[in-house]
Amino acid sequence: MSERLRVKKTYKLYVGGKFPRSESGRSYPVTSPDGAELANAALASRKDARDAVAAARKAQRPWAGQTAYLRGQILYRAAEMLEGRAGQFAEELADATGAEPHAALGTVEQAIDRLVHYAGWTDKYASVLGGANPVAGPYFNHTKPEPLGVVAVLAPQDDPFLGLVEALAPAIAAGNTVVVLSSEAKPLPALSFGEVLATSDLPGGVVNLLSGNVAEVAPHLAAHADVNGIDLGGVEDAALAAELEAAAAGTLKVVRRPGKVGDSLALLRQWTEYKTVWHPAGMAAAAGGGY
Amino acid sequence: MGSIVSGAEAAALVRALPGVDAVGLEARAAGLATRSVKKASKAQAIDLAISMIDLTTLEGADTPGKVRSLAAKAVRPDGDAPSTAAVCVYPAMVAVAAEALEGSGVKVASVATGFPAGQVPLDLRLADTEAAVRAGADEIDMVISRGAFLAGDLERVFHEIKAVKAAAGEARLKVILETGELVTYDDVRRASWLAMHAGADFIKTSTGKVGVNATLPVTLLMMQAVRDFRALTGRQVGVKPAGGIRTTKDAIKYLVCVNETLGDDWLSNEWFRFGASSLLNDLLMQRQKLTTGHYSGPDYVTVD
Amino acid sequence: MFEYAPAPESVRPEIKEHYGLFVDGEFVDGEAVFKSVNPATEEVLFTVAEAGAADVAKAVAAARRAQEAVWGPMSGAERGKYLFRIARLLQERSREFAVAESLDNGKPIKETRDFDVPTAAQHFFYHAGWADKLAYAGLGADPRPLGVIGQVIPWNFPILMLAWKIAPALACGNTVVLKPAETTPLTALMFAELCQEADLPPGVVNILPGAGATGAALVDADVDKVAFTGSTAVGRAIAKSIAGSKKKVTLELGGKAANIVFDDAAIDQAVEGIVNGIFFNQGHVCCAGSRLLVQESVADEVLSRLKERVATLRVGDPLDKNTDIGAINSAEQLERITALTETGRGEGADVWQPACDLPENGFWFRPTVFTGVQQSMRIAREEIFGPVLSVLTFRTPDEAIAKANNTPYGLSAGVWTEKGSKILWAAERLRAGVVWANTFNQFDAASPFGGLKESGYGREGGRQGLEAYLDV
Repeated sequence: MSERLRVKKTYKLYVGGKFPRSESGRSYPVTSPDGAELANAALASRKDARDAVAAARKAQRPWAGQTAYLRGQILYRAAEMLEGRAGQFAEELADATGAEPHAALGTVEQAIDRLVHYAGWTDKYASVLGGANPVAGPYFNHTKPEPLGVVAVLAPQDDPFLGLVEALAPAIAAGNTVVVLSSEAKPLPALSFGEVLATSDLPGGVVNLLSGNVAEVAPHLAAHADVNGIDLGGVEDAALAAELEAAAAGTLKVVRRPGKVGDSLALLRQWTEYKTVWHPAGMAAAAGGGY
Repeated sequence: MGSIVSGAEAAALVRALPGVDAVGLEARAAGLATRSVKKASKAQAIDLAISMIDLTTLEGADTPGKVRSLAAKAVRPDGDAPSTAAVCVYPAMVAVAAEALEGSGVKVASVATGFPAGQVPLDLRLADTEAAVRAGADEIDMVISRGAFLAGDLERVFHEIKAVKAAAGEARLKVILETGELVTYDDVRRASWLAMHAGADFIKTSTGKVGVNATLPVTLLMMQAVRDFRALTGRQVGVKPAGGIRTTKDAIKYLVCVNETLGDDWLSNEWFRFGASSLLNDLLMQRQKLTTGHYSGPDYVTVD
Repeated sequence: MFEYAPAPESVRPEIKEHYGLFVDGEFVDGEAVFKSVNPATEEVLFTVAEAGAADVAKAVAAARRAQEAVWGPMSGAERGKYLFRIARLLQERSREFAVAESLDNGKPIKETRDFDVPTAAQHFFYHAGWADKLAYAGLGADPRPLGVIGQVIPWNFPILMLAWKIAPALACGNTVVLKPAETTPLTALMFAELCQEADLPPGVVNILPGAGATGAALVDADVDKVAFTGSTAVGRAIAKSIAGSKKKVTLELGGKAANIVFDDAAIDQAVEGIVNGIFFNQGHVCCAGSRLLVQESVADEVLSRLKERVATLRVGDPLDKNTDIGAINSAEQLERITALTETGRGEGADVWQPACDLPENGFWFRPTVFTGVQQSMRIAREEIFGPVLSVLTFRTPDEAIAKANNTPYGLSAGVWTEKGSKILWAAERLRAGVVWANTFNQFDAASPFGGLKESGYGREGGRQGLEAYLDV
């Protein structure tokens, strides 16, 4: 009796809630650290990046317009879905990184816990970061954080799953939408994460996941005029990071430099703008006038 | 249009007026109040202000002697200073004032309609008005029924003003809104338009008998109302802030408001008045200062 | 006719014939010398040393020493007391500073006296109080200073922008090297004298007059952070030049703010807000309400009232207390305003200006209102930075928001309606760092100011503004 032929998974991009192949038709082989062939992943092109930005832009306003409570519930739902498939992710992560299965499971569980953590932030960070300002005049003055808009995330190369979740969770918790270029050599857990998100109530386009070559795709994201912020966390080449930052300066994007660390509130702040609203406060006429 | 709308129409019109932003209005008034009026323009402003005063005494203790004294001051306040616009008294004192002012050009203004509360039956208010006119009043300063206004009965307020206007005959009618009792700027604007639609010749802020009288923002708002009313109907209405304006500095702020909100057309006592009493002496002292170069004192102006 | 006699401000500050660079607590010579001109008369007010790259290095070194040896280690409470002292001195000398600012900048004394200088003092007072309370700012338990800050400020609000930059930097334990704009160094140099008077330790504040090259040298110098207010083009260049470095940056750049007037607005106050929005400080304001978006159904009424009101504006001598619009800051800026205004005419917009006499000497521009402006015209898209209003109309609230947001800038916006829910709806959708509802051009030390998109990054003022000067 011959051994059953295993059905291999095709890893595709996740853009606008759909799973397309690269428009370029290209793919690249992904291997484990010991050289075993794992799968072919789509090799995203600049046009895939463009499509992902368009999808993220389209989704941004509605996502930010959801109630903070609902955004929290959706993130929590993603954590629930991931918990149910923790075993699969641990296995993929172990294959991708060469980690011991037990350690890989621990990493997946940490990622789940991070999602839960940010699910709880959605309806709190605005009160923590914003507030009323006691101005010296008859005005109601109020500041609150708002999402930056579309954030491009160059995900960490060696921490392909937890690092990716850490990077995108604060951005989307704060109402941004993201285009993520996952770890170039270890993209498979990220691409599988797209499948989790697709079934987790997260609207299509809020998270867009690409796999491909950083040096090829990142410059287009850094220069794209409709991207508002860029996370260079996964850029290991310092010269490339400087180039990307310079490109991002063209439209004055908010840049998170490689190596920058911070607690979860600092990460929420990173992808947040403040809006301050003034309104006169006064009604009484004759009694109120000081003239 | 001002004289042809019905009470219901007038009420609907004023209810549809756009709102007033209190802070913005007060900021504009404060901005105008920073104008610096010096030298020749100050001299001009002082004489203009004197000529716009309705020199007023409205006391239970008013006597013919007091009124004659005030009338004399109104006609010839000090040296070559101009006369005031009018002397303003209670109806019972109109005859005395009319006699004292005869031929002087200074008008006799009488408060009427159960001043200051207006809480007497309409027929008595009309009789009050007619009596004042018969006794020689050139101008009638009526009060509106603030109670009816605040109760939302704008039509009643409109009809009462129309009735008083008819009773006043040839006399010019100043309608006192008592802005300190209306309280909100929105209601001050509504009352201004209601009074104008009903035939007011002047709209006036206050009786001087309540806690809050004329303020610069309230008067500015009423100026905007008469400006807009003329633009809409072609009829020009005057403005009279009254109560609490005591210093030259204050008076000049009001004139600056007239100048920059209404312009030349309103810069005479035909269209702008101050209801005041102690203001006159301060204006006279400032006038003396401009002439002599040194500060004056209360002993150099008359007590009336 | 009631005309106001000239009412010139009588206080005259003591202006030296020549000012040096302020480095390490002393005034010193620079590499070159340039002149500062009164834009209302074109007369030379004084000469001033220009800092070269070597001067920048010296000043940064002095700031570094002061930060490491004195200012950084000092307790927050003591730092705060220096800032309180500076705030008080600025209040005591407020009239001198106001007059000096009007002379050097051309802005009316009414504004320098009632706004620029008092608000500058407020910024020092406000941030003085933060110095020993930084742990409560929500940025961590022990926020640390960044070190030495290089600051470059524009000519439109010289002393106020200085205060916006220096007060929070010092409160957070940093030391600064600040370059004032080349056309308006006076009040910064008077402020240097005031730092001496306050016994501020040498090197904590360094002032380096100069032009673009001085600014570029400062950005390239050994500073830990660059704070810049000015044009988007320069901001972009700064962001580019620090790419790959460890330097932090905040940029407060240009704007093309929409001021939206709905049909249910309090029209008289809206007209005041439109006037204040675009003619305040000759329109030399990055957050100026330069695009009036008025609902078509009330456009005629609003415009006729607006023109009546603009006709009462008094243009002329900045030192006259009754002047509403002063001089344009420089010949160069006047040329830029004139050129952009010409493109407006060329592109078919209708131009209106009130009849008013302008002085013979100096740089002047009449308040200008363009009607019939289309979104595609340059005057609707580019920052003019002058007293020029572009008027566009809209039909529905959605269209108003779409037009308002249709710009690469995102600094400020205005909304006028008496309906509260509509204000909140609009404020939520406007892509701007500051939204003024039923008011315009309000500023306060306690309120964060700054923009989105190409209007820059970071906030100045308020609790949120501290983040820019702390290592968090």
